[in-house]
Parts: sequence; structure tokens; C-alpha cells
Amino acid sequence: MPPLARRNLFHDKVRLTVTLTGIVFAVVLIVVELGLFVGFTVTTSGLVDHSGADLWITSKHVPYVELGVPFSERKLYQVRAISGVQEAEKLVVRWTQWKRPDGREESVQIVGFDPNSSLGSPWNLVAGTVEDLKRRDAVIVDEIYKQKLGVEKLGELFEIRGHRARIVGFTHGIRSFTTSPYVFTTFKKAQDYSGIDANQTVFILVKTSPGYDLNQVRREILANVKDVEVFTTAEFSRMTQVYWMFTTGAGVAVLLAAILGLVVGFVVVAQTIYATTVDHLKEFGTLKAMGAGNGYIYKVIIEQAAISAVMGYALGMVVSAVVVGASQRGGAAIVVPWPMAIGMFFLTLTMCVGAAMLSINKVTHLDPAMVFKG
Amino acid sequence: MQPAIEVHAVTKTYKEGSSSVTALRGVDLEIAAGELVMLAGPSGSGKTTLLSIIGCILSPTSGMVRLQGQEVSTLRQKQLPRVRLEHIGFVFQGFNLFPALTAGENIELMLDLKGIRGEHARARTQELLDQVGLRDKYFSFPADLSGGQKQRVAIARALAGDPEIILADEPTAALDSLVGRKIIEIMRTLAHDRGRAVVIVTHDPRVLELGDRVIRIEDGMIAKKPPQAEIPAAFLLTQVDQNRGVVA
Repeated sequence: MPPLARRNLFHDKVRLTVTLTGIVFAVVLIVVELGLFVGFTVTTSGLVDHSGADLWITSKHVPYVELGVPFSERKLYQVRAISGVQEAEKLVVRWTQWKRPDGREESVQIVGFDPNSSLGSPWNLVAGTVEDLKRRDAVIVDEIYKQKLGVEKLGELFEIRGHRARIVGFTHGIRSFTTSPYVFTTFKKAQDYSGIDANQTVFILVKTSPGYDLNQVRREILANVKDVEVFTTAEFSRMTQVYWMFTTGAGVAVLLAAILGLVVGFVVVAQTIYATTVDHLKEFGTLKAMGAGNGYIYKVIIEQAAISAVMGYALGMVVSAVVVGASQRGGAAIVVPWPMAIGMFFLTLTMCVGAAMLSINKVTHLDPAMVFKG
Repeated sequence: MQPAIEVHAVTKTYKEGSSSVTALRGVDLEIAAGELVMLAGPSGSGKTTLLSIIGCILSPTSGMVRLQGQEVSTLRQKQLPRVRLEHIGFVFQGFNLFPALTAGENIELMLDLKGIRGEHARARTQELLDQVGLRDKYFSFPADLSGGQKQRVAIARALAGDPEIILADEPTAALDSLVGRKIIEIMRTLAHDRGRAVVIVTHDPRVLELGDRVIRIEDGMIAKKPPQAEIPAAFLLTQVDQNRGVVA
């Protein structure tokens, strides 16, 4: 078979450029919007997901990680006494105020953990170590927020709620969903920075012993420790995600933008592919007159759409990769996991072929007079 | 001998919302193999509709159409492409070549529809190009060909399927008179030397005389008598055959 589909596409370079531009625009729009949604969702629960814990113990009615309510740290010892608990550590997550050298104040979230344990510690350290937090007044912040916090280099001194703070390390990519960056420090120092009582904690993180059933350990904790709730890390992560993404305007806005991105992307692709097919309507009419069955013509149209989809997807993902790369340097993360990238290929293919199918209807009902008019 | 094309009492009515337009009103016509017939008449008279019905692109509202002895007017829509493929070759006013394909590939496309591919298709294409005097134009794109050359490629493409019937819609309209005449001469050769039934819709008085018969359509009917001015000399002198349908 002469390569009609491929030749049709490449013959008119302007039309090809317009077609690919439309598909690339749609791919980038959808990837960026969905990536933002995934990025925001992952960001909201990043602290929980990277905690290294199996169970989170909170006060009653805590809806998400940023809204923990302090409770007596004596419960820690009760938890440690329960069989199946390999390790249990206190964790503080509280909003407080960071004072920049220029006197401006920024809201931050203090994350206080035991530096002798891996539970609740920062990840992706690019400067300094967790051990450095054992030094006096030591804190670690993310390099993304250097400018926001007025930080330039290690060793600089700042004030958090009237207490001295010294930068001893930087992480990379630990974003906060809110406008308040995370500041990691020791549990003891976090009590000072956040203003909770010396004998209180906000969370207890539990690592279960190998071979123990998570739900069994949870039931044991609930039976032995009063006035707390126990969540698996996955549950608490989901609660935090659901709170931020579905009960706040910010999350809903991102979700709506993602849906809108999908719709607009589909419309752009549909219009582009439709126009490309309609451009060749006379040729398809000629094919019909020559005796080609609908199946033959559908094959040409679908092949055209599929080639456009593959090229548009490839170019779109290259552009998306640039956008995603640029976003890593900013406050809003666009996360494109592999399954999403692969899913995007099939979505592009479906959109292009689907749009081609819409135009097939036009080909099926071609006016024969059109074939005979010059 | 059985006619290549038989049209009996064919009517065609187009529905346009609540109103309807009748394009053909009881047309009777027979065309034999080896005959070159010109369909003439004013715009909107129904020539193209008749060509479309003979070409199995449109179905008649009523009446019977038989091609090579096979009744096609009762066939279902999805059966018609096969009839077109097996029995009919089309030549269009605007050539309708695929601009993205070379002249040779345009012809090979028709062969592909017939299931002829590879070396055999290539050889047959070259043979067809030779027949229409375009031996060295296999790799030329339509944009690089003159109007006359394009129409020759279109004729070669129509012949690729080896059809018994060739239908041409205003094949000379976009060509100058000399080239137009040559194109009709090629079609005349196809009819007379190769036994094809050739039907040409034309407005062009310069080529009417090359037809074996001129059938004039007016208001959806075959006119009783062609005006003197449109009767080709050859038609007047030797090939008038009242029994074969100059007059319905």
C-alpha cells in the first residue's frame, strides 16, 4: 500500500506543524496540570510518607499532620512497653515564626524529631548531616526556601520565636504544600521553637517489630494508651492528602485545573486532528469513488492520527520534561511518575484516534457531488 | 449483445428538509461496450446525478441500473464499493490525484485496492504510464505535472483497476482545447480499441464531436432531440442510432 497516511502528514509541512503544535500543547497542558495535581498531593503528605514509621499516634480528632494537638509525652513509654513495638519516638510538627536578618517574619513549620532515630528525620540532604542537628540551636531547611527565609549559607544565625537557630544543613525538594517551609530540628529544640510544654509531644511514631501484624499492634496501643488515635502511615497520609486536596480551596483549584487541562487538551487535539482529516476530505472521497471500502479509509485516517499522536507525544514529553525540570527549582513541584508518563502516551493515542473517529463520520457521509466537483 | 450499462426508468429525488428536489425523472439509457457517450446539458440538469448513479455512488430513488448484466440499483450501500472497484474507473474534472503521492503511487493506490502489490504492481503501473505517454513520470508529484499530464495520470489510475466502464466528469474543463482534445482521444481509443464503455459528462462543445453519441439531459430527463449545434459531425454522418437511446 502506498504510504498515503504518512505522506499526507508530511506533504504539507505547515499543516503538520499546526497539527503537532496542537498535540504538543495538549500533551504539555495535561502533563503539567496532572503533574501539578500529583505534585501537590504528594507534597501535602511528604512528611508522613517519608517518616519511616509504620504507625502514627495522635490526639483524638486530628484531621491531618499540620494540625496535631500536643499530648503528654509519658504516653511514649506506654507505647514502648507494648509488644510488637520495635521503636517509638516523639515528633513535633507545629507552625511558628521565623525571623529573617532584615527583620521580616515568615511562617514556618517546625519538625522536631530525635536525631538518634531515623523516624521523622529529613531526607534528600545535600549539605550537612542529621548528626549536625545535635549541635546547639541547629536547624536544617530546604534549599528551595533559601530566599524566602533569607538564608545564604551554612552557619548563619536566625531567630525562631525568640530562640536562636543556626543553619547546619540543607535538603533538596522537601516542599511544603502551604507557604510555610519545614524547618527540621531536634525534638527538644522544637519544643522551644514551637512553644509546646516540655513534657508534651504532638505525635508518636511507631516502627513495628518484624513479623507483627500492624493492625494487631494498633489494637494493642489503643487498648493500653488512653485518649489517642492510631493510624497507619498510609491512612494518615491519605487523610492529609484528602484534607488539603479536597476540603481546601487550594486543592480543589488544582484538581479543577487538572480536569480542565484534560478537557482543554482533548478539545485541542480533537480540533487539530479533525481539521487534519477534513483537509483531506476530497482525497478520501476520491478513494471512496475508486472503490475503497470504509475500512480502508478508516485505516488511513487512524494511521495518520496514530503517527501524529506518537510524534506529538514525543515532542510534548520533551517540552514537559523541560517544564518539570524548571519546576524543581521553584516552590510548586510538578511530579510525573512513570506510570503517568506511560498513561499519557495511551491517552494521547486515544485522544488522536478518538478525534479521528469523529471525523470518520464526516467521511462516511461524504456528499458524492463533492467528488465530482473540480 | 448485452449493454455494459442499462438504466431504466431511473428517478432521483433529493430531500432537503421538508422539501424535495427531483434531479432525474424516468431516465432510460443503454450504453454498449466500446462506445463513447457524451452526456451534455445545462448546469443542474442532472448529468452528474446520472453519472453518480451509473457509478454506484448514489442509489436511485426508483428504477433499475444494470452494469455488465448485474443489477446494482438494489444493492446495499456497503456492497457498492466492490462494484465500483470491479467495474468502474473514474476520471474527475479536478483530476483528484493525491498530491502527497507520486504519479506512480497514485496509480499503485488503485492497484492496492484491487489487491495487486509489490513488483507486479510496479510493472503494471509502468505499463499504464506508458499507455498514457508518461513513461518517465513515475516519480513526479502531481504538483510538478501539467494539467494534461495530471489528467493522463488520472486516466491511467482509472484504468489500473481494468474496469469495463469509465466515467468521466468534465475531464477537459481544466485543460486548454488542444490538450482537452487529446485527453478525449485517449478515452475514445479506450472505448474503440479496448472495448470499454466510456461516459463523459461535458459542457465543452469542442470535444462533443468526438463522442459516438451525445445524450442531452434537460430538467432531469433525456432531451428528445439534441440541438443541431451540439450534434457532432461524426454523430450526424455515421453513428446516429435512434434505437440506442439518443432519444429516450
